[in-house]
Amino acid sequence: MASSDVLRQPDKNARPLALSGHVGFDSLPDQLVNKSTSQGFCFNILCIGETGIGKSTLMDTLFNTNFENFESSHFEPKVKLRAQTYDLQESNVRLKLTVVNTVGFGDQMNKQESYQHIVDYIDTQFESYLQEELKIKRSLHNYHDSRIHACLYFIAPSGHSLKSLDLVTMKKLDSKVNIIPVIAKADTISKSELHKFKIKIMSELVSNGVQIYQFPIDDETVAKINTAMNGHLPFAVVGSTEEVNIGNKMVKARQYPWGVVQVENENHCDFVKLREMLICVNMEDLREQTHTRHYELYRRCKLEEMGFKDTDPECKPVSLQQTYEAKRQEFLGELQRREEEMRQTFVQRVKEKEAELKDAERELQGKFEQLKRLHADEKSKLEEKRRSLEEEMSVFSKRKAATELLQAQSFNTSTNNKKDKDRKNSGFM
Amino acid sequence: MTSSARYKSRTVKSEDGEEKEYVGFATLPNQVHRKSVKKGFDFTLMVAGESGLGKSTLINSLFLTDLYKDRKLLNAEERISQTVEIIKHTVDIEEKGVKLKLTIVDTPGFGDAVNNTESWRTITDYIEQQFEQYFRDESGLNRKNIQDNRVHCCLYFISPFGHGLRPVDVEFMKALQDKVNIVPLISKADCLTPAEMRKMKDRVREEIEKFGIKVYQFPDCDSDEDEELKQQDRELKESTPFAVIGSNTIVEVKGQRVRGRLYPWGIVEVENQSHCDFVKLRNMLIRSHMHDLKDITCDAHYENYRAQCIQQMTSSKLTQDNRVESPIPILPLSTPDVETEKLIKMKDEELRRMQEMLQKMQQQMHEQDL
Repeated sequence: MASSDVLRQPDKNARPLALSGHVGFDSLPDQLVNKSTSQGFCFNILCIGETGIGKSTLMDTLFNTNFENFESSHFEPKVKLRAQTYDLQESNVRLKLTVVNTVGFGDQMNKQESYQHIVDYIDTQFESYLQEELKIKRSLHNYHDSRIHACLYFIAPSGHSLKSLDLVTMKKLDSKVNIIPVIAKADTISKSELHKFKIKIMSELVSNGVQIYQFPIDDETVAKINTAMNGHLPFAVVGSTEEVNIGNKMVKARQYPWGVVQVENENHCDFVKLREMLICVNMEDLREQTHTRHYELYRRCKLEEMGFKDTDPECKPVSLQQTYEAKRQEFLGELQRREEEMRQTFVQRVKEKEAELKDAERELQGKFEQLKRLHADEKSKLEEKRRSLEEEMSVFSKRKAATELLQAQSFNTSTNNKKDKDRKNSGFM
Repeated sequence: MTSSARYKSRTVKSEDGEEKEYVGFATLPNQVHRKSVKKGFDFTLMVAGESGLGKSTLINSLFLTDLYKDRKLLNAEERISQTVEIIKHTVDIEEKGVKLKLTIVDTPGFGDAVNNTESWRTITDYIEQQFEQYFRDESGLNRKNIQDNRVHCCLYFISPFGHGLRPVDVEFMKALQDKVNIVPLISKADCLTPAEMRKMKDRVREEIEKFGIKVYQFPDCDSDEDEELKQQDRELKESTPFAVIGSNTIVEVKGQRVRGRLYPWGIVEVENQSHCDFVKLRNMLIRSHMHDLKDITCDAHYENYRAQCIQQMTSSKLTQDNRVESPIPILPLSTPDVETEKLIKMKDEELRRMQEMLQKMQQQMHEQDL
């Protein structure tokens, strides 16, 4: 789906030709319609608003079905998004509708991060479409487009002005999605208050530079109604799935003790206007705007981030493939360089380790030698001592023998003397 | 309270038919009535809630005046980081000779900023300031002209666009429940059908109980009151929290000019009981329970604050001189600064430790001497 120009510029090389008969290519739009009808349409709405403000009820009322939503609690710690897809059919037209609701929006004490989840969700849808587009083997016509085509922002009917959270959130979203602000629960505001409220809201949006979706006025068939509707923004809506009997007909309404608010009564609220603008007249335009404006902006920013440019430094047009190849080469080169570096570092380390080990070996060797020498020294000293000791021993033993001999001799004489003495003594007796 | 009949007869018949001598103190209620009319009454009402819930309109409708003539509302971008302010409006109104000095304390900016953590702190500080000022005045020497600026009642506006209470509501009410009488209201009640309204009220009552929030309870009727009053009282209690609608404009309904809101599909009358609980709120707030609200503020909330205050003061004095709570309340010459108190406590601790060490050393020396 390339961008389609509404007003085609006349090609300079082509000259306009008048036909002399009916050729038949005026059926081209019909062929297109047939093709798209058989394919089915796809539409994604994001509803942002406080808990309990009436998002699910309005969706039920708009599409005349019961989407089976359940009440959420006020005590969610963070904002979450809940997406549900439905298949609807009207006449022979099939619509794949995805409704994304915020859960817990506006309930936290500190709401500074509330918009972040929503922005991230929208970006994720853009990203997955971008990935699909960049694939080598892609199937865009089968792809389930989940990009958000319209964002209904529900404003609480305080009667004074926008809330600070509303302003901050809408500013973050206006370049990513088509924002359609609506005043919810509009049966709380009387006509005069409503008029002042709408003016105040629009002036606040304008003075803060928030770009909301404007219904297109370049197509003559719908220009008139769209311009009129642009003046009624934001739409004050009332939703209801209950029916009340009014003058023999069952209409969607809310019954109060003081009266009945009819949803489809243009005097009571702008629901019919919203339905017409959103669904009957401008649905296709919303899809187109999403693709040509918001998605293209996202894609450009994303690719520029990745480093792709349309023109290289010498201002010559560069195609995506060239840039991609260049990047790839760069990447591979980088990879090789890193590998080399690593290898070198490894070799270096090994060498260092080897040197260290060698040093240690030498040291050890030195120590061993030293110890050995010490040991030998000790041993020789010990030998000497032993020798001297043996010498002493031999000397001693010689002396001992000598003395013994002497002693033996002396003893012999003494014993002789003693024997004599004894004889003498004994002789006396 | 008409006892003019009693004035006439000097003797009163008691139950068993005997005639008693008439002393005359049955006229006390009259005397009280006369004195109070002369003195005049005062009442301080606080309103709190997000912007755009109809607080000012309701006050105008309650007191049938236009209190907020030249009010400037802030734009959304100015409110992104707005802080909560306290604005007082004081008016003197008179009805049948009874004078009332009404003070409305407004809290613009509450719940409006993107980051609302602790946004109730300004409000609790204000209430405590009023209590403190009254405490000082009461303990002063010259007590002739004490001005009572204490907040007697706080009307808290709950948004009808949600499913019940929100975190900011719960936090606010829990922070203020012990300081002021909280009366929760469901504002802009013309946004809910009767079935939805019943569901919402049940939900809010459930959540108030679940979170343990102490809101103002109506005193029970005496058991000897007549059945009609008891029935009324029961209905009153069952329809809390009140669902109210306010209006600054007068519309014509069935030939009568009443306060109401004009819609293409009908007219909402503020004083119509089947449309909203405005009449119940007005009766409760002004016609029957105004004095009860003042009493509870004086007897419960203020006394709690006073006891707390005195306890804090004496506990910091205890460490210094071991005296138990002195009978005469010590006049706070300046607001006890938390920092200096901490410092004093630290120094006391140090002193005690040093004394203990000294004792130990003395003991040791003594043992050594032996």
